[in-house]
Amino acid sequence: MKRYSAFAVAREALRYHTGWERAWRKPEPKKNYDVIIVGAGGHGLATAYYLGKNFGITNVAVIEKGWLGGGNTGRNTTIIRSNYLQDPSAAIYEKARSLYETLSQDLNYNVMFSPRGVMMLAQTEHEIRGYRRTAHANSLQGVETQFIGPARVKELCPIIELNGPRYPVLGALWQPRGGTARHDAVAWGYARACSDMGMDIIQQCEVTAIRQEGGRVKGVTTTKGEIDCDKLGIVVAGHSGVLAEMAGFRLPIESVALQALVSEPIKPCMDVVVMANTVHGYMSQSDKGEMVIGGGADGYNNYTQRGSFHHVEETVRALIETFPMISRLKMLRWWGGIVDMTGDRSPILSKTPLDGCFINCGWGTGGFKAIPGSGWGMAELIAKGYSPLTAEFGLNRFREGRFIDESVAAGVAH
Amino acid sequence: MLVITCPYCGVAAEETELHGGGEAHLKRFGPDSSDDDFTGYLFHRENPKGVHFERWRHVNGCGKWFHAARCTNTLEVFGTYKAQTTEPPKDILDTIRAKRPGFKWRDIA
Repeated sequence: MKRYSAFAVAREALRYHTGWERAWRKPEPKKNYDVIIVGAGGHGLATAYYLGKNFGITNVAVIEKGWLGGGNTGRNTTIIRSNYLQDPSAAIYEKARSLYETLSQDLNYNVMFSPRGVMMLAQTEHEIRGYRRTAHANSLQGVETQFIGPARVKELCPIIELNGPRYPVLGALWQPRGGTARHDAVAWGYARACSDMGMDIIQQCEVTAIRQEGGRVKGVTTTKGEIDCDKLGIVVAGHSGVLAEMAGFRLPIESVALQALVSEPIKPCMDVVVMANTVHGYMSQSDKGEMVIGGGADGYNNYTQRGSFHHVEETVRALIETFPMISRLKMLRWWGGIVDMTGDRSPILSKTPLDGCFINCGWGTGGFKAIPGSGWGMAELIAKGYSPLTAEFGLNRFREGRFIDESVAAGVAH
Repeated sequence: MLVITCPYCGVAAEETELHGGGEAHLKRFGPDSSDDDFTGYLFHRENPKGVHFERWRHVNGCGKWFHAARCTNTLEVFGTYKAQTTEPPKDILDTIRAKRPGFKWRDIA
């Protein structure tokens, strides 16, 4: 694989761009792999990448029903932060955030990580107390955050209206090294690096059954035939329940729709990410100039990958109070993704009752930010059977009452 | 927008008038049950891509809890029925069997 570089751009400019290679191969599946990963989203591809990079396991296939990065990886609002309350969450999200810092160099693919800073507004007394507590927890966890007052909020984000009609801005939890990245590029960059290591990324290949023998996974049946494997990783977000049923176990997960929208592009007006969790809305500006807006999840099980209009109305109404200048903007696009919600709003990275089968799911409304850390931990779990990053996120925690309760700490609109 | 008819007051309610209450017909297990049963009752949920039975509350209306049979993949509502039952009534099941041959939800098919 030829490396991308400034020199390569110049070279190709001189020969009419005829020398660019395909970023990844399009192979037919082999009969047998050491590891099969189901799901070529960010988490699945990152898992495959770190299996190869950290453990030298490259006889790997990543199988995808649709197209690469076409699920929630391509549907999120691209926010990266690690200001969580509980230690296990802070550890895995901060691992991910720190890997994002050098991901472009690591993958030789520009993922456009922009550590522009993430601010979570405190708009009630309760939120002030909550975020102060999180800031203290973060300093113990080695995550750089601080609680800032309204004047600093206005300085960092001049378009905010501090004295909104319902909820004035009383302060914010500020993570200066949080930010955004180009979500598609994260999937593409990992895919290119995986393909370069000799892994097979097989798209438009749906898994229809999981075959087992004597309590151990043997392989999968797909629309492109049977494929055997030594170990299987299920990394399919919203459809985890469907795959778990094939493997013969149940998950504490319900799938709901989460939606987002972007406005028409406007000139740069906001260079931080702002989350307003009391009123259910968050916003950042993309490099194209669109205001990227997210809100709450729908309150019922849903696989339709579209949301309901009244949620958009609720989100936009809330954001207009906080950012009056966006009131005349037109909505450009609106879409939904299926998120897998667990009871404690924390993910599951775990062995399963089926020997040799591992699952990575339950990221709910916040998976994109975790992609590198999730892949790092999941790869270690698959390769060695244990990872300190994922140890607390086992399926057993529900049975044993060891929840990682982030439904409040995460502060996002659940 | 999802429209579900409340079986009590008969209003065809839009989803803003309603509140979802999760999976229907849960069998409750108390503190004396086994860990597996208790975990299952508290956390494990049916999460079908297709026919689902749910509890809903007509919260901005008559306030009553009721049951609905709905497809999670198309949002089609097959029917609603009252809360005081531990299983879906036959007429609702017949409607679903006609529209979704071969459907399965727990032990119901």
